[in-house]
Amino acid sequence: MSAQGDVLLEAVGIRKSFGAHEVLSGIDLDVRRGEVVCIIGPSGSGKSTLLRCLNHLEAPDTGGVYIDGELIGYRLDGTVARELRYAELARQRSRIGMVFQSFNLFPHLTVRENITEAPIVVHGVSKAAAAQRADALLARVGLAGRGHAYPRQLSGGQQQRVAIARALAIEPSLMLFDEPTSALDPELVGEVLDVIADLAASGSTMVVVTHEIGFARRVADTVVFMDAGAVVEQGPPDQVLDDPQHPRTRAFLASVLA
Amino acid sequence: MTLTDVDTTRRVHAVTRIVPRGRVTRRVVAVVVVVLALGGLSVVVRNENFGWPIVGEFLFSPVIMQGLWNTLWLTVVAVVGGFVIGVLLTAMRNSGTAALAAVSWTYVWFFRSSPLLVQLLFWFNIAALFPVVSFGIPFGAELTTLLGWTGVGEIEHTFFAFDTRNIISGLTAAILGLVLHEGAYAAEIVRGGVAGVDAGQLEAAHSLGLPRTRIFARIVLPQAMRTIVPNLGNMIISVLKATSILSVIAVADLLYSAQIIYNANYRVIPLLIVATIWYLVITSILSIAQYYVERRFARGAQRVLPPTPLQRARIWLQSRLARRTGVPA
Repeated sequence: MSAQGDVLLEAVGIRKSFGAHEVLSGIDLDVRRGEVVCIIGPSGSGKSTLLRCLNHLEAPDTGGVYIDGELIGYRLDGTVARELRYAELARQRSRIGMVFQSFNLFPHLTVRENITEAPIVVHGVSKAAAAQRADALLARVGLAGRGHAYPRQLSGGQQQRVAIARALAIEPSLMLFDEPTSALDPELVGEVLDVIADLAASGSTMVVVTHEIGFARRVADTVVFMDAGAVVEQGPPDQVLDDPQHPRTRAFLASVLA
Repeated sequence: MTLTDVDTTRRVHAVTRIVPRGRVTRRVVAVVVVVLALGGLSVVVRNENFGWPIVGEFLFSPVIMQGLWNTLWLTVVAVVGGFVIGVLLTAMRNSGTAALAAVSWTYVWFFRSSPLLVQLLFWFNIAALFPVVSFGIPFGAELTTLLGWTGVGEIEHTFFAFDTRNIISGLTAAILGLVLHEGAYAAEIVRGGVAGVDAGQLEAAHSLGLPRTRIFARIVLPQAMRTIVPNLGNMIISVLKATSILSVIAVADLLYSAQIIYNANYRVIPLLIVATIWYLVITSILSIAQYYVERRFARGAQRVLPPTPLQRARIWLQSRLARRTGVPA
């Protein structure tokens, strides 16, 4: 848990449908600088879709995401939202790090190349400086010296830690984690959660979609419980997890903690 | 196999040697097949009508060498040009813009649907359709008429023009025909490869804010190459052989060069054998090259790459040597 500042991320009235199925039905979410928000909820509740709307991997049907007051993906022209050119969207995305459930490391690049790609191409960092920073990041996630390995030569937990290092390399002001431990063998979950907890402790602003209730209790400043495309309940972990007000929250917690 | 003392209580038994399952039938069949194959080979080699001495005489003759060279560089031009067109067509097809996708689809439909020979003859005779090739404003003449401009000559909307007969020779027709035709096939090969790349790769690249062209060149294409290369190898070999069609528009490829010689000395079969030998040699070299290119693009796909045939041979030799000298490898 960390000190919190002004609002960094503001999501307003996010709606998203796939065909006739409404996945998100009007979500509002504020994240303060330095805050750790954990989103929990049953499968299909829209947690991952919401996360993907935050960096515009999915375009919301209505509503907007603001980071540092800047609207993501669009330029407002009176009441008209004009889609940004790809290069401008890429610039916005380069300030948001994302870690995926299935790692999505580039399998044909070495661990170090995975990490240095964006700093070199997007931020224009020199190759030597990027490599040095990559090695420092690898050390930070407990993988010092593994820079020359290819992703498939690593265990799932190691791959996910590389993915975290890759996301950190762009020096994001916000980190998004999409069920970062769901694809891992149970004995590898801990090593990844420890790295994320370290980041939380160092003051990173993060939004974590997770099924790990214990982890949420340990690192979250705010826990958001979602169900059927809506935020049902949110607040500090001791409130939402230990004294849930809403029957659906209670039912969900009872089923996962059973 | 470790030797273990017989322990009746634990049913552990001692083994000194493992005898492989018998393979008598398979060995008999193998001998029969090899004898039949050798018989066939001997019939071919001992038949004087094949004219083997003449094959030897012309195998390295300057005319054949020139033809071989033409076949090789035309193949390279057709494959490189075709691959570039294929990548562009794939980019258009996947662009999300209906007009570009439609143009890409139509191109592939047209150039894949008509025989290469017919296309070559069209290009060879293009001067009959378009006597003058000019570069200018599209629909320039129609525009001047439409806008009612008077006194505007034919040349106003044309920057420069050529007489088609001066630029379309057999060779330019051959290059155009091959490149455009192979472009259509390459487009399908590249598209298939790109479609096989996991969508998560794109999402990760987007989330890092990488530029689009960089995503395609650095993330998508190298991974697509794993499926592209085997098909591309097929394409190169088929282009190599397709160049023999060029002989009908008098391009001096390998086959045409052999024809020049046998039209003079009437030794048709030996010279066709000469051409065949070279096609075989080039195809073999390409197959070996393909193997190593595939390994190159398999980087990261497997934890450890299996040894190449050469490495395997060396390992086998070393183990043999070690067994003979009694020194472990």
